[in-house]
Amino acid sequence: MNYSSQEILETIDMVEKLHFDIRTVTLGISLLSCSDPSPAITARKIYDRVTGAGQRLVATVRKMENTYGIPIVNTRVAVTPIALLDHGYTPADYLQLAAALERAAQSLGIDFLGGFSALVPKGFTQGDLNLMAALPEVLATTEKICGSLNVASTKAGINMDAVNQAAHLIGRAAELTADRNGIACAKLVVFANAPEDNPFMAGAFHGVGEAETVINIGISGPGVVRATIERCPDHDLGALAEEIKKTVFKITRAGELIGRRVSKELDIPFGIVDLSLAPTPAAGDSVANILEAMGLECCGAHGTTAALALLNDAVKKGGAMASSSVGGLSGSFIPVSEDAGMIAAVERGALSLSKLEAMTAVCSVGLDMIAIPGDTPPAIIAALIADEMAIGVVNNKTTAVRLIPAPGKKVGDKVAFGGLLGEAPVMAVNRFAPDRFVKRGGRIPAPLRALTN
Amino acid sequence: MEKAVVTVMGNDQVGIVAGITKELAANNCNIIDISQTLRHGIFAMILVIEIPDTLDLLLLRDRLVTAGAELGVKVLLQHADLFQYMHRI
Repeated sequence: MNYSSQEILETIDMVEKLHFDIRTVTLGISLLSCSDPSPAITARKIYDRVTGAGQRLVATVRKMENTYGIPIVNTRVAVTPIALLDHGYTPADYLQLAAALERAAQSLGIDFLGGFSALVPKGFTQGDLNLMAALPEVLATTEKICGSLNVASTKAGINMDAVNQAAHLIGRAAELTADRNGIACAKLVVFANAPEDNPFMAGAFHGVGEAETVINIGISGPGVVRATIERCPDHDLGALAEEIKKTVFKITRAGELIGRRVSKELDIPFGIVDLSLAPTPAAGDSVANILEAMGLECCGAHGTTAALALLNDAVKKGGAMASSSVGGLSGSFIPVSEDAGMIAAVERGALSLSKLEAMTAVCSVGLDMIAIPGDTPPAIIAALIADEMAIGVVNNKTTAVRLIPAPGKKVGDKVAFGGLLGEAPVMAVNRFAPDRFVKRGGRIPAPLRALTN
Repeated sequence: MEKAVVTVMGNDQVGIVAGITKELAANNCNIIDISQTLRHGIFAMILVIEIPDTLDLLLLRDRLVTAGAELGVKVLLQHADLFQYMHRI
């Protein structure tokens, strides 16, 4: 045979014992042709377009999952940032469009639909502002719709007015879902340098540079990488990086295969494989545990940023060889609530918000799924976002913020969101006031990209 | 003709090979490779098979899983491209 029994059993072990899965097959759909002066007509066109293009998506994904024996956890749709469809719509009109998207998502049986988004790194259109005004209510009243705001880019700088608005929207989304621990915030991402082909939620949207439709794949597999490291207790770090590369090559190949087959079956172009290592709350499916397997007593210890940099680079190198087209976020995710090891590290007092911020400088994607006290003032949330945006803008990379100011909760409490979103210990924020700085507003200019020290 | 890998895992006992290969023969599937090993103390049999064009892979999968359940073993059937993709450049 072309492959040994050992190789076959290795693949089966990855799935059965080490939580290897394809995290998501995400269908990108352009909605640019749906825009009409009448919001009712636009809503109808959006519904028809999404349900038409995605008609066979879920069935095809289930078929591929069974054919190859690799679980595919989520099936998702990403659409054109909805603010780009603007025809002078009011916030109420945007709610109507969101309702149409929700109905379409429910009808298709997908897990999430992303793209209730505005791209505002340099400034706002009236459409952007009206969409943003509707956003908290959209996230609170729909189940599957995810939204994002791109408020900064390396070319434009940081739109601090958008950062301030984003902080208010996060607070409002938390308030509207206070009875559910502020879960609407888990569906809202604030970006610097947002990628146009990201298959992961909550930040997925179908960029304007994309084709009419496209299939993008997000892989997973922290458990597989951890097991690889545990098999190499005496390797030096260079040799360890080599082993990680080999493992990531294999799991990326599985993602590439699934992507190509889904694409062929649906006759929709294949876009990219996103190489991100995405943890889940399941025991053993943790990025924090990978760093600990490298030799740190606990994630968050000094050395964590270096270990994560090694991991992230090895994931990219192994994955880039395995796929003809790599894109999206492509790096290790470090969400807190979705990673049992991160939660444990916070509870042991090893991992702070400051350390997480440092870690985001060397990996994707940012301060992700972090619960903070419900009484955190908007100015502090804005300042947290601004810091994270600065890391992305200056380092020419994507960074993002997904914070949940958990209503009525204080440091040390725990909030549960369920499913892949997990549960989060409420973390302390620095309470010194940044108000005068963030309320200046305006735009932090784009950075100089020479004189690089 | 598509190729697939059948993996059978469970406690070693009389009749596993016979039961699974009988089901394959009944479905007109040709076995092109077969091996048996103990994995963590558990019986594991791996077969590489050719599936006739007229037979749906997922239908065969369901039949083999049912046959395996009757024998008290776990049966996986996966399209062979997966292993080609993951383990060969």
